[in-house]
Amino acid sequence: MAYEPQADFGTPQVASETRVTLTIDGRSVTVPQGTSLMRAAALTGGSIPKLCASDNLAAFGSCRLCLVEVDGMRGTPASCTTPAAEGMTVHTQTPRLQKLRRGVMELYISDHPLDCLTCSANNDCELQDQAAAVGLRDVRFGYAGENHLGLAADTSNPYFDFDPSKCIACSRCVRACDEVQGTFALTMDGRGFASKISAGQAGDDFLSSECVSCGACVQACPTATLQEKAVKEIGKPERSVITTCAYCGVGCTFRAEMRGEQLVRMVPWKDGKANHGHSCVKGRFAWGYAQHKDRITAPMIRESIDQPWREVSWDEALGFAASRLQSIKAQYGARALGGITSSRCTNEETFLVQKLVRAGFGTNNVDTCARVCHSPTGYGLKTTFGTSAGTQDFDSVEHSDVILVIGANPTDAHPVFASRMKRRLRKGAKLIVIDPRRIDLVRSAHIAAEYHLPLQPGTNVAVLTAMAHVIVTEGLADEAFIRERCDWDEYQDWARFVSDERHSPEVLEAVSRVPAADLRAAARLFATGGNGAIYYGLGVTEHSQGSSTVMAIANLAMATGNVGRPGVGVNPLRGQNNVQGACDMGSFPHELSGYRHISDTATRALFEADWGVTLDPEPGLRIPNMLDAAVDGSFRAIYIQGEDILQSDPNTHHVAAGLKAMDCVIVHDLFLNETANYAHVFLPGSTFLEKTGTFTNAERRIQMVRKVMEPANGMEDWQVTQALANAMGLGWNYTHPSQIMDEVARLTPSFAGVSHARLDEAGSLQWPVNEAHPDGSPIMHEAGFANGKGKFVVTDYVPTDEKTGPRFPLLLTTGRILSHYNVGAQTRRTANTAWHPEDLLEMHPTDAENRGLKSGDWTRLASRTGETTLRLLVTDRVAPGVVYTTFHHPATQANVVTTEFSDWATNCPEYKVTAVQVMASNGPTDWQEDYEALSARSRRIAPEIPAEAAE
Amino acid sequence: MDVAHLTLMANQIARNFAVQGDERAAAATAEHITLFWDPRMKAAIRAGGGADLSPIAAAALSRLD
Repeated sequence: MAYEPQADFGTPQVASETRVTLTIDGRSVTVPQGTSLMRAAALTGGSIPKLCASDNLAAFGSCRLCLVEVDGMRGTPASCTTPAAEGMTVHTQTPRLQKLRRGVMELYISDHPLDCLTCSANNDCELQDQAAAVGLRDVRFGYAGENHLGLAADTSNPYFDFDPSKCIACSRCVRACDEVQGTFALTMDGRGFASKISAGQAGDDFLSSECVSCGACVQACPTATLQEKAVKEIGKPERSVITTCAYCGVGCTFRAEMRGEQLVRMVPWKDGKANHGHSCVKGRFAWGYAQHKDRITAPMIRESIDQPWREVSWDEALGFAASRLQSIKAQYGARALGGITSSRCTNEETFLVQKLVRAGFGTNNVDTCARVCHSPTGYGLKTTFGTSAGTQDFDSVEHSDVILVIGANPTDAHPVFASRMKRRLRKGAKLIVIDPRRIDLVRSAHIAAEYHLPLQPGTNVAVLTAMAHVIVTEGLADEAFIRERCDWDEYQDWARFVSDERHSPEVLEAVSRVPAADLRAAARLFATGGNGAIYYGLGVTEHSQGSSTVMAIANLAMATGNVGRPGVGVNPLRGQNNVQGACDMGSFPHELSGYRHISDTATRALFEADWGVTLDPEPGLRIPNMLDAAVDGSFRAIYIQGEDILQSDPNTHHVAAGLKAMDCVIVHDLFLNETANYAHVFLPGSTFLEKTGTFTNAERRIQMVRKVMEPANGMEDWQVTQALANAMGLGWNYTHPSQIMDEVARLTPSFAGVSHARLDEAGSLQWPVNEAHPDGSPIMHEAGFANGKGKFVVTDYVPTDEKTGPRFPLLLTTGRILSHYNVGAQTRRTANTAWHPEDLLEMHPTDAENRGLKSGDWTRLASRTGETTLRLLVTDRVAPGVVYTTFHHPATQANVVTTEFSDWATNCPEYKVTAVQVMASNGPTDWQEDYEALSARSRRIAPEIPAEAAE
Repeated sequence: MDVAHLTLMANQIARNFAVQGDERAAAATAEHITLFWDPRMKAAIRAGGGADLSPIAAAALSRLD
């Protein structure tokens, strides 16, 4: 579409069943009761001048530009703060109003630089537009009076500037920070003429303040006061394309605003059903990696990993890869081959990779990065509810009364949804946080958890069982719901189990370290506080009892009747953008798309008929099993699309040993990532800006990803996979990714009604989309569970085998930070490093003092698996005995330390519990130095040999 | 495949099903291994002798074809 800003109706939409009819400038309009006159006028096609109003902010009534006249009403009320009423007659354009508005505008412009022609917002400025709208022709006050024109700009933020000389003090930025983002970082400092937007304290600039750089203020600003640096450098966009963010599982939709082939800015799309026009620092600003100098755009091969890379043609690279794969298959059999699909790639691309492995390689050795994050969600929710997915849409949180967050840090890892959650909390919902760390949600601006249960890492099941004990023994279970919706006998077995005294909070306090009184109170609140919703993340799944914890959560939701309606449910917060989709598409080695087991003859027959092959009925290897088998010699080749298992998977030494043992490692990625150190073939990938397809977010919402520029490497990722398949002689002939989605739809009942055309029409759809649910399913299990009855599963607490002791007395747990994403391959190649240039180790002051350590000290972090060094941050966010770090930087390689213990049901690694010791260090470990040298050697690219000149 | 590691995995599965009682736990463990383990993993653990298997895990493996 050609460039034009999204329509702004001035004040938010009002949800009211009651309608009122009024007349505005002679036009009749019917609107929900409570709608402002400004919005009502906009709905009739009119446009009342405004500056301080925006339809994502509550009406403020400060700019005095939106004045109207109402028959029978005295004066000239502000249309943004005056609600429409039945029978009203409103006039928005009268000589009296024009005079008043011109006067207001004169005052604004008398203290505003007249540099429109050279201003970066020229022709994209609301102040400029409104000056034209009110017919401003002169400023009678002149420009020589006292003004703010000489104020210095704050350019500290890497993505946007704040120029106070252009500020009109409308407070839109302050209100966006408060109401939309919920950080409350900005304030209007001073009064009257001295009023000035301030980011925190007097000494703060934007970078050093509490601002999280979400961009809501920039989006809200009606002038060039808060302006993207990219717009200043590149200029105003000239077209825009709606697409979906490739960072976390929230799945924000954006307008990619372009100038030619150049991306100018990403503006959150107001009609996006996941984000409703909001964004975070990653999606809004951190897209520079797409054009980073490290990006590899030519295919490369090498005979062995000690050689430098050699750039070759696509044909040579694909031929080399296909030949090696076929030769290994011929010598060792199909089960020596495998592949890994990417949660960063589209559904279509993921589906093709698993198809290549199953139908082309002839094995089920396909897995996905969900193995190391949410595979326990798949197992746990399928077992209890019958479907491997969260139950709600994000809008559901608006109806929650009690929100239980366990093992998740939404403000850092799912920030746009966290803003929605915080808005609900500010409106009065109660919050329970179960987390070893005092995450920001526990206490931040206008948010305070009723209960924070700081459990010992590894004791999730004990805590949830104790909560169930309280609910059952105190008669708080919703027996009517259970009798109607669940298997009553299974419930009784479970209730008997949790009621045992050994599961009481008092007994389990010794294990979990959660005060029994707090746990009892939290359980009572959850069971009796109204709509109870559970949100969880990797602090639940990445444990030796990850699957048990998911089932314990499902038990709790069913026991309290909190399933099947808005405001309740079980909500896994997915880490990567397309974790849900990658799982849906049949990426796990034991199941085909739609979570149907590979041993099911009827399902297999469906695929065999469509693909014209015979499929192996046995499950394949999971990622950790692949690495074990590689070391063993029975697994020899792998195709990895868009994953960096060397950095992201546990026990780096073991991953390296597995990769090194293989004869053919094919890495398909944007960059020479850490895994590529051990690769023989590098196939350059395309970014989400360069491809068409779909992502499915944590709500099961399928959304279009639209190509906004041509792939720098020449091919979209689905085309690369198809080219590899065809080099192996498979004869695929997809000409557009919509054809792949059509194949998914005809083979997958829950996707039967999905197509690109349907998604274009609907905007997005939440699966299941089929005959029973033609428009998708925002809330699941409304009338009954997928399996008929909900299944209570007894989950006994089994302590992890990873134990602390005299040599390793501390427990390490890992997580993410707002500014970085996963292994940091993308965000480390953006200015987000301004906030987080290195991984830090958080330690409680008592533990630090006992070791003579202080913030900033280099420390050695050692476990039974390995050791690394990193700097220390002393903080009481973590409890004594617990340390915490992130895993965003390869120089740290936190996974050198993590162990191979894993979830009993899915082999999801136990990242969250590692026994460690921490001591002072004076520099990197030998391993870190060796690895740095290896990386440098592995990334050598042989110079092109110039052709000899003709004689 | 490393039999010691596979034994640890089988014992871990058995331990999490143990709350169901020995008979049901053995059946559940056997079913789990059937549904989620690659053939070479099943073959390796069966060939491993079962020295360190827990009773439930051992009973489960005896049920595999």
